[in-house]
Amino acid sequence: MNLLTKKIGKADWIGVVVLAAIILVLFPSVFGIFRLNLIGKYLTYAFVAVSLVLLWGNGGILSLGQGVFFGLGGYCMAMFLKLEASDPVATKIQTTPGIPDFMDWNQITKLPLFWRPFHSLTFTGLAILLVPAFFSFIIGVAMFKRRVGGVYFAIITQAVALILSVLIVGQQGLTGGINGITDLKTMHGWDIRSDTAKYILYFVNGVLLIGCVVFTRWVLSTKFGMLLLALREKEDRVRFSGYDVANFKTLAFCMSAVMCAIGGAMFTLQVGFMSPSFVGITPSIEMVIYTAVGGRMSVVGAVFGTLMVNFAKTYFSEEYPDLWLFLMGATFIGVVLLFPDGLAGLYERFGKPRLQKLLKRGPPKIEEPTVAVAAALESGGKHG
Amino acid sequence: MASQEMLTIQGLGVSFDGFKAVDDLNFLVDRNELRVVIGPNGAGKTTLLDLICGKTKSTSGTIVFKNLQLTEMKEHDIVRAGVGRKFQTPSIYENLTVSENLEVSFPRGRTAFGALFFKRAADVIDRVHKVAEEVMLKDKLDQQAALLSHGQKQWLEIGMLLMQDPELLMLDEPVAGMTVSEREQTAELLNRICQNRSVIVIEHDMEFVRKIAHKVTVLHQGKVIAEGTMDKVTADPRVIEVYLGH
Repeated sequence: MNLLTKKIGKADWIGVVVLAAIILVLFPSVFGIFRLNLIGKYLTYAFVAVSLVLLWGNGGILSLGQGVFFGLGGYCMAMFLKLEASDPVATKIQTTPGIPDFMDWNQITKLPLFWRPFHSLTFTGLAILLVPAFFSFIIGVAMFKRRVGGVYFAIITQAVALILSVLIVGQQGLTGGINGITDLKTMHGWDIRSDTAKYILYFVNGVLLIGCVVFTRWVLSTKFGMLLLALREKEDRVRFSGYDVANFKTLAFCMSAVMCAIGGAMFTLQVGFMSPSFVGITPSIEMVIYTAVGGRMSVVGAVFGTLMVNFAKTYFSEEYPDLWLFLMGATFIGVVLLFPDGLAGLYERFGKPRLQKLLKRGPPKIEEPTVAVAAALESGGKHG
Repeated sequence: MASQEMLTIQGLGVSFDGFKAVDDLNFLVDRNELRVVIGPNGAGKTTLLDLICGKTKSTSGTIVFKNLQLTEMKEHDIVRAGVGRKFQTPSIYENLTVSENLEVSFPRGRTAFGALFFKRAADVIDRVHKVAEEVMLKDKLDQQAALLSHGQKQWLEIGMLLMQDPELLMLDEPVAGMTVSEREQTAELLNRICQNRSVIVIEHDMEFVRKIAHKVTVLHQGKVIAEGTMDKVTADPRVIEVYLGH
């Protein structure tokens, strides 16, 4: 029954393999550790972009609050690292040694209760996955069971992003406020600031990202994925085919939240701090743009979209420090106007037919923008 | 005709801001029966289907389907109990293929996690093929649903309902926009599929109604004004008055 199983064709995985080769082989062999660390940071945003392909591209559920989950994951990791960096010896000049420095500055004399479990790495690891899952579950059930969808859902998630960032900024003594949690040093005694650590973290991050890409591809290949597409188009038809639509949306939302959180935790590890500027409205929307640039239907495209936007950002801000924001804006408008299906769509239209001609073989269904992106990477790499 | 009742509606009413779309409606459908509901625009035909499948909540009355009180059930539970409903405009998943449309409607893996681990077992594939043949789309299985003709889309949606093997099948204007030959094929299709289940059809095309109806119910302003065979109903002076106007 090849007609029924074609979704899991071999050709579908070519894009993933190319992506893995670029992330795990090409980048490390071309770039030095400074650039590689920067790319590692970009790739943590790609977790969010991939999560949005699942949620928005396929499920039609636009969340403008993915930064919340990125931040929750990042903060969980930062709390663990901060506690380790704040041992009594290192903080002996404080009024209260043994608590994070920002707490001391805010006249807090005891470690708050909710910080205590973060002494444990196991707990932290679980919290990174479960805290965002729990939050997204609550938001998902509250919204989807009441049939809040579309623009209303987008606005509410945006409000949640605003609330969380305001809360973090306001509770300076508990969260580090606007500066975030900084000065992170070691994980279980392992110095995360050394070049070796940065190399290792880059690869861990890359493998986790490819894991998320493969996971998302798998989810989309199941009946669940098919139903997400169906839901996006005819929600009533799905409901009146015997499905409790809210449960499907909630599960998709939870899965996407957990992916964002893994990205956030890897961000903290690689960049060495976490702050509310990665939680609020602006980063949440920016991450949607990455997905749009990559092509919101393509998991692999989303990763390339993230890389391309961030390469462009780095390039513009280094070459045209006065103009770079305008140039970024112009790029976004240009992409939306010229290639509404993003890089993946561009590849589908121009890259794939040529590639097939070149390979002179059957018509495998590849949705990845390998060719378009190779060109993009070249230009990014030249200056990067 | 078997006398066992599949669907019993008593005193059903719903009002939208004071407008009574369905008003004190009584309606019985037997097992194995194909009932056609006709009536002028705004008579409450589609609202009646909305009420049965739970899309609209009633303000009074009861809907009993196989001893289940449908007015108190959630939409997906009503479907799982065995009520299938086709919408007025073909409601299919255009970006999926015909076989995917059918497969997604298969009544297994209906929970979120169930769908994640749903296996495309042999019985699913069998059923997809059987239903596709039934609704005359066997050679279109691989085609994207968006590329089907309007009539084929209507058939596909009927097929999606057949995948669930519902005991009560409700079709809202199944031949709207169909060519003459498509209408004939649809009439044959409906006559085939009303075995072992009850079917309620809403239709305007009287010639088509004559071909398929066991019994006809005429609605007007949310009330039943006539019921019986096609000949009896079309001879009813009230029906004539409603249709020809004042």
